Amino acid sequence: MQTVSLDKVIVSDKPDGLEGAGFFATNLEKVVGLARKNSIWPLPFATSCCGIEFMATMGAHYDLARFGSERLSFSPRQADLLMVMGTIAKKMGPVLRLVYEQMAEPRWVLSVGACACSGGIFDTYSVLQGIDRIIPVDVYVPGCPPRPEQIIEGIMNIQRLVETESLRRRNSPAYKAMLNTYGIE
Amino acid sequence: MESNKAELTEKIIDALKEKYEDQVLGIESPYELLTVSLKKEMIVEIIHYLYNHPDTRFQFLTTLCGIHYPDQNAIAVMYQLHNMVTNQRIRLKIFLPEDDPVTPTITPIFAGANWMERETYDFYGVVFEGHPNLKRILNVEDMIMFPMRKEFPLEDQVREDKSDNMFGR
Repeated sequence: MQTVSLDKVIVSDKPDGLEGAGFFATNLEKVVGLARKNSIWPLPFATSCCGIEFMATMGAHYDLARFGSERLSFSPRQADLLMVMGTIAKKMGPVLRLVYEQMAEPRWVLSVGACACSGGIFDTYSVLQGIDRIIPVDVYVPGCPPRPEQIIEGIMNIQRLVETESLRRRNSPAYKAMLNTYGIE
Repeated sequence: MESNKAELTEKIIDALKEKYEDQVLGIESPYELLTVSLKKEMIVEIIHYLYNHPDTRFQFLTTLCGIHYPDQNAIAVMYQLHNMVTNQRIRLKIFLPEDDPVTPTITPIFAGANWMERETYDFYGVVFEGHPNLKRILNVEDMIMFPMRKEFPLEDQVREDKSDNMFGR
């Protein structure tokens, strides 16, 4: 069995900063971004086959816990990331919207699969043609269904957004205006 | 066994014709399911009669639904009844005008018809008079169409991102 010495394990890359004997100085935004990025609590909103791929993603083989998302949050109040996986019928739309509204800022949305992104093959009167008609989406993962690798890439893209997001973004008028276009306060 | 089945079917037709011959529009057996087309006026009475008559006893409502016949300008309502004792089935069909599909409810006879009639209203716009709670059951409440009618396209009309040429719409 291969052994790895502990000093070679990189838990997370440290941000740019000034380093010297006994001190390390960087700016707060980078530290907060680093912390948030590696402790995302996802709320799975799984309605169909993409949800099965998500279960594989959470399982031991693909293991989303490696990306700091060990704990799934089944309460929207405690979740950072809403993962929408599967067909959203129009009747489910208000439910999804309510879940999004109940999440505390900062919050991100990952849309997994063709159905959540665009309605997919369900070009029909009863299916919402993409969840971005009712809530803002940060990252889209296409596929029908996407493989766990693709879902993980989506999560990593969310991590990139989380890491680099300005701490003031959620208080900006531009952000409020963006939410208002979806009719969300 | 086969002759017994034919005999039972014969009895059902006789029982129906005995009292409601003038209401029968046609009798056929597609895929060996006895199907009787009826005039719409006395449908509730006929279902009640078939429920109680000793030769029929159709005391279980399997299903109920709408059918749109655009070339006849008609919305049909189809009732499937089941006699659990003799394992006989019957299908009754009535035809309502497309522009005013109104028929009385059968919920006093079969309480289970409640949701089935709501579904038929939801998808075909058939109004069941006397229904205790006739509102949409499966579709969103603010929907303004009856999606299973042929004049309404299947596809969602609000999307702009799919080109007709690429998606065969």
